[in-house]
Amino acid sequence: MSACPDKTQLLHGLLDGELDAVNAAAFEAHLKTCEACNAEYLRQLSLRDRVATPGVAHRAPERLRANIEAMIAEEAAPAAHPPPRSVRRAWWAAGGAGAGGLIAAALALTIAIPQMTEASLDRQLVAGHVRSLLANHLVDIQTSNQHVVRPWFNGKVDVAPPAPELADQGFPLVGGRLDYLDGRVTPAIVYKRRLHTVNLFVWPAETRTGRDHVARRDGYSVVEWTEGGLRFAAVSDIGVDELQQFRHAFEAAAPAS
Amino acid sequence: MTSRQTPPASAAGSDPARQFRETVLPHLDAAYNFARYLSRDATVAEDIVQEAFLRAFRAFPTWRGGSAKAWLFAIVRNCFLNWAAGQGGAARVVSESTLSETQAEALANAVDLDQEDPETALIRRKDAEAIRAVIEELPEPFRETLVLRELEELSYKEIAALTATPIGTVMSRLARARQMLADMLLPPSDLAGGAPAAQEVRR
Repeated sequence: MSACPDKTQLLHGLLDGELDAVNAAAFEAHLKTCEACNAEYLRQLSLRDRVATPGVAHRAPERLRANIEAMIAEEAAPAAHPPPRSVRRAWWAAGGAGAGGLIAAALALTIAIPQMTEASLDRQLVAGHVRSLLANHLVDIQTSNQHVVRPWFNGKVDVAPPAPELADQGFPLVGGRLDYLDGRVTPAIVYKRRLHTVNLFVWPAETRTGRDHVARRDGYSVVEWTEGGLRFAAVSDIGVDELQQFRHAFEAAAPAS
Repeated sequence: MTSRQTPPASAAGSDPARQFRETVLPHLDAAYNFARYLSRDATVAEDIVQEAFLRAFRAFPTWRGGSAKAWLFAIVRNCFLNWAAGQGGAARVVSESTLSETQAEALANAVDLDQEDPETALIRRKDAEAIRAVIEELPEPFRETLVLRELEELSYKEIAALTATPIGTVMSRLARARQMLADMLLPPSDLAGGAPAAQEVRR
C-alpha cells in the first residue's frame, strides 16, 4: 500500500464495515492526519464504485431458471418420482439376471398403472430431458457410432431402438442412455443440435399408442410419433419446427424395423 | 446479505418445495454469478449451478437454518471443485503473474470512458464487460475472495468458513485482489508513488 503498510487491513476492514467501534474510530482519526492513507481509502472507494457498475455481476440465464424450476417440480412430485440415479445405475451394475427381473417388475408396474394422460407424459418427458442434463447423466454410452449404440441396448430393454448418425442433417449422434419414464425403463438416444441436446425416447408401440403429437411445455418442445412398431418421443429446448426437422431426418435415416 | 436467519425447514411434511423456492431459489443469480467467476465459462457455470441446486434440494431437509446463501454457495463451490478436478486441475492452475493481454484488451476498450459520448448506456455496458474481464483474469484465490466480498457481499467470517481459510488470510487476499484491480482499472494515484502494493502481500 502506498501509505502505511501496517494499516492495510484496517483500511479494508473499515471499507467493509468489519471493524469494531474502537478500531474504526482510531483508523478514521488516522485518515484525517495521514494524507497517503486517506488517498488510498478514496481510491478504494472509487474502485468499489467501478465494480458496482450494473452488469458486472452475472445474472442467471432464463433457461437455467426454467430448468431448475422443472427440477424442483420433478423432485417434489411424490407419485411420479423416479428412483434416484445412483439406484438406477446400481440396477444395471447388478447384471443381466437382476436387470431382467427388474424390467419384468417395471412392466408389471406399467400394467398396473392406468394409462397416463398425454399431458402428464409430456411433463415426464420434459422432466426426463431436464434430468438428463443434470449431473452429467446425459449418456450411459458415449459414441457417435450407431453400430455401438444400438447393440448396447440389447438385453437392457425390450426394444432395439435405431440410432442412425444424423450429423449430415445437423444432428450428430452423441450416445445412448437408460431412463425411467412412465413406470418403465426406457432407452433414450441422445443427439446434439448445435449446443442443444435432443433426447429421443423409444417404446414398443403396443405399450404406448396415440396420435402423432406435438407439444410445447415449460420452454421445451416435444414431438411424438409411431413408426415401424415403435413409438418415439423427441424432447429438446430447440423450437418445434427444428424438432420436426429432426423427426424427418430420423425417419428418413432409420430403416423401419 | 438479505434474508439470513431464516428458520430451518423443520417439518419436512410442510411442503419443502415451497420452502426451497422461498429460501434458496432467490439466490439463483448469486449462485450463478459465483459459479461463473469461478469457472469463467458460461456453459460450465450453468451445469455447476444446475447440479448444485439438485444437490441443495435433496439436502434441503438437512439444512439447519442460518444463511441460505452461504449454505448454497458451499454446495456450488463443491460442485465447481468436482468439475475442476475432472479437468485435471487445469482450472486451478493460473499463474499469479499473469495479468495478461486479455486485461490489456479489455482496458483498451474501456479507456475512452471519460470522454463525452451520447451512447452512455453502450459505454457503461462496455465498461461492465471490461471490468468483468479484469476480474476474470485475477488469479485464484484472489478472484474468488473478491467476488464473494465485493459482488456477493459475504462477510469476512462467511468467506473464511466457505473457503476454509483463516480470516487474516481472507483479509490479505482481499487487499491484494483490490490492489490488483485498482492498478488495472483506475488511473495511477499521485500518492501511490513508486511502490504499488503488488510485492507486499506474498502469503
